[in-house]
Amino acid sequence: MIADQLPALTIVLPMLAAPLCVLARRPLACWVIALCANFLAVLSAWGMFWQVRDDGVIRYALGGWAAPTGIEYYVDMMNATMLLLVSFISCVVLVYAYRSVNKSVQSAKHYLFYAAWMLCLTGLLGICITGDAFNVFVFLEISSLSMYMLIAFGNDKRALFASFRYLIMGSIGASFILIGIGFLYAATGALNMVDLAQRIPDAESQRAVLVAFSFLTIGLMIKSAVFPLHGWLANAYQHSPVAVTAFLAGTATKVSLYVLLRFFFSIFGPGYSFGSMFLNVVLLPAAVAGFLMLSLVAIFQTDLRRMLAYSSVAQIGYIIAAFCLASQSGLTAGIVHIINHGIIKTVLFMSVGCILYRVGHTHSNSLDNLFHKMPLTVTAFILSGLGLIGVPLTVGFVSKFSLISASMERGWWMIGALVLLSSLFAIVYIGRVVEIMLFRKSRNSTPEPVGRHEAPMMMLIPMYVLIGISIWFGVSGSTTLAVASEAAAALLGGYQ
Amino acid sequence: MQVLGLYNYWVVIVLMMAGLYIMIARYNLIKKMIGLGVFQTSIFYMYITMGKVHGGTAPILEDGIELYSNPLPHVLILTAIVVGVATTAVGLALIVRIFEQYKTIEEDEIKAIEALEHDS
Repeated sequence: MIADQLPALTIVLPMLAAPLCVLARRPLACWVIALCANFLAVLSAWGMFWQVRDDGVIRYALGGWAAPTGIEYYVDMMNATMLLLVSFISCVVLVYAYRSVNKSVQSAKHYLFYAAWMLCLTGLLGICITGDAFNVFVFLEISSLSMYMLIAFGNDKRALFASFRYLIMGSIGASFILIGIGFLYAATGALNMVDLAQRIPDAESQRAVLVAFSFLTIGLMIKSAVFPLHGWLANAYQHSPVAVTAFLAGTATKVSLYVLLRFFFSIFGPGYSFGSMFLNVVLLPAAVAGFLMLSLVAIFQTDLRRMLAYSSVAQIGYIIAAFCLASQSGLTAGIVHIINHGIIKTVLFMSVGCILYRVGHTHSNSLDNLFHKMPLTVTAFILSGLGLIGVPLTVGFVSKFSLISASMERGWWMIGALVLLSSLFAIVYIGRVVEIMLFRKSRNSTPEPVGRHEAPMMMLIPMYVLIGISIWFGVSGSTTLAVASEAAAALLGGYQ
Repeated sequence: MQVLGLYNYWVVIVLMMAGLYIMIARYNLIKKMIGLGVFQTSIFYMYITMGKVHGGTAPILEDGIELYSNPLPHVLILTAIVVGVATTAVGLALIVRIFEQYKTIEEDEIKAIEALEHDS
């Protein structure tokens, strides 16, 4: 039955699409191949999501080799949600990318672009699905290497240097994770996550486990761009082709955050990570400083993409702060914000991509009166910007409300207050841009001919599909909250 | 004597710190890649030395072989070596492109060029 093979298909389909793209060569053919593979991956992720929801955890022995010998794919509510989110965002942005990359990537290189995209998707989905610690590292490097390539496709020469910096930082992060996994193996003799989770309580007193924990923490903090280690992110997001930025902003850091959750909660267990290791003493100040400082930094950015990149780091701060609560409601808030921020930040970068496509630059100070030229794009920017701020009836409200109520429940009312303060900063940096686009009159003495010059439909439709979903998730917040709370329960409940 | 007995781990630590230092302290991009190479090699060495059992032979199915080294870390590190080679290749390819565009591979000069071209 094909339904039993869904875990393998989700990974294999995008992986096979990559060499097919290289063979096909013609941009349109490559795009169709990539889109078909991606769409099938979404379907199988959707199928798995419902299987897990109805029948519980899927354990898939790859190639028929049972768990300790072979690599196992382990899907519970947490992975199933991540798989669906990552494959779906990738699919929508891929539709958008077809027109968008025409302006930023030479058409002779399009086949490589789509091949790298498919490899990156393979890696990201693989990280989410695998139940083997070493396999996480392998998929992490597959996705990172193709990501360096995707970033370097940017037509600005600064993209090359941004990609190189990311390569150095990313390799250090991945190597730290590799060291951590090595020490864990030395202490427990297991690589399978379920076995690791069972054996760590007996090995807790060993120094090797402590060292493994420290290396994994730092490595994953680099990979998910947690505040003091976010240096690679801003340049990479600003200079890569904007479709790639939309894809990365919605998926890449979120997947690293998932690995962080998996290691801290499922494998080490919250008692060890937050009880005996005092992880929140390290992570919480970083998270709070991150969302306050980077929201403040975002206000002073004159480039839209850079502003949104800093805002991404701030949002990662919210998610980490929610994880630090280490309670059912805190985790739910964090996971719901992973989903919601993944969607809204993708839409924001897509709308910035539309502006770049028609206007040719993203300097926020010279976008006067853009609303009259591109009403649909600006509307999309405003709708998702409101979501970023957290206005009621948007997704941002759902996640911020659950984060603040979770921190109240824990008695950390300061965190709730600081989240509100940084939301005020978000009002300033989104509001400033919106004000320019809506109201400011052109300063040129000879006003440009104001005509409708909207972005192509191929770019607008995927953007509005995501906006529709985000409005649905915002108005009926219980949908995502229910999924997130099941995922949080799966993480806190440990492996069965 | 335990400190000296674990000399293989001391080699790992020295190589790791040397690699990390080169990556942080040197501005030349090629040197950064060399640092990354040293750093990654130290991890390979750590895995390999971890799997070695004192007095153990290669893990071959044959009579008379009782004590053998753990082959799993060695196999894992074959994968990590492939990843390391790929990372080096991508990094060097990027450096070639950077050199074509900027005519230099010194980080501080590249930053100066960027500041000159975009802040004005």
